[in-house]
Amino acid sequence: MHELSIAVSLIEAAVEAAANEAGTVRTVHLRLGALSGVIAEALESAYQLARVGTPLERAELMIQPVPVVVRCRGCRTERELPMLDALWCPACGAAEEVVQGRELEIAALELET
Amino acid sequence: MVTTRIVEVRRQVLKQNDTVARELRQAFAEAGVTVISLVSSPGAGKTRFLEETLTRLRPSHAVAALVGDLATDHDAQRLSRSGAPVRQIVTGTVCHLEAAMIRDALRGWDWQELDFLFIENVGNLVCPASFDLGESQRAVLFSVTEGEDKPLKYPTIFNTADVAIITKIDLVGAAEFDRLAARQAVHRVRPGMTILEISAKTGEGMEQWLEYLVDHHERRAEGKT
Ligand SMILES: [Zn+2]
Repeated sequence: MHELSIAVSLIEAAVEAAANEAGTVRTVHLRLGALSGVIAEALESAYQLARVGTPLERAELMIQPVPVVVRCRGCRTERELPMLDALWCPACGAAEEVVQGRELEIAALELET
Repeated sequence: MVTTRIVEVRRQVLKQNDTVARELRQAFAEAGVTVISLVSSPGAGKTRFLEETLTRLRPSHAVAALVGDLATDHDAQRLSRSGAPVRQIVTGTVCHLEAAMIRDALRGWDWQELDFLFIENVGNLVCPASFDLGESQRAVLFSVTEGEDKPLKYPTIFNTADVAIITKIDLVGAAEFDRLAARQAVHRVRPGMTILEISAKTGEGMEQWLEYLVDHHERRAEGKT
């Protein structure tokens, strides 16, 4: 269950980001890539546990899923994939690399004053 | 009156880990230490493979290992049979190693004198994927008994690894393992990745693995990677 340590890091990062802002954090918006290695449901329940006793005790977590995007090393064409498989460009056959889908980042904070 | 506003932040959740990992990577590079991390499922033969690696490298290179495990067990003890210095990191309930654990485990150690430092991660293919440890190469291992489609089940870790190692290749016949299908599966999720087939038991493939390591180490020393 690495989601718990991720939830703890998430709260620390959000508290740090909110330190310069006036108001109370109501919602944390998280961008979560399909390749982040983190499962959204597991992170949500870990977050419920981890927020207790922190400044985010009453803040909600909103997870925005980020799909996988790969780019061809040959012709540079990009395409979205449901999962990581067959990373060969359909157009030219060259190998593809991941350009999106590893995100594990706080996108925004919703604050109440 | 209550007002709400949205502030954009764009902050990496694992920023702290990434920062420590970056510092470690820089320190390793300056000291000329090549750091290789090993990830696998339990039972892939990772400890046996590492023991064999340490034993074979030790006559020519200064080597050491850090072993991550949920609880104290015999892995570290077993690895020290190779004669190389070994330290264990007990992770408790945490199913992966983090960069700060590596930094702390290295305190009071003359690791700067090393050529190679191996980091054996906790045995699973999910949790370690998110945590950069400052390593220069990440090796992902799976054994012929785990099936050819292992990479397709864990594409994230295979895609972030630098080299795939198929272990227990001596059992290829008994396990009815299709080598070609396995190589294709690796390349489906990580086109062009180096694949080595080894048996720590018979020694098959160990020479190629050592060549791979030494070549990587020397190229790093020359500043080519
Ligand atoms: Zn292409």
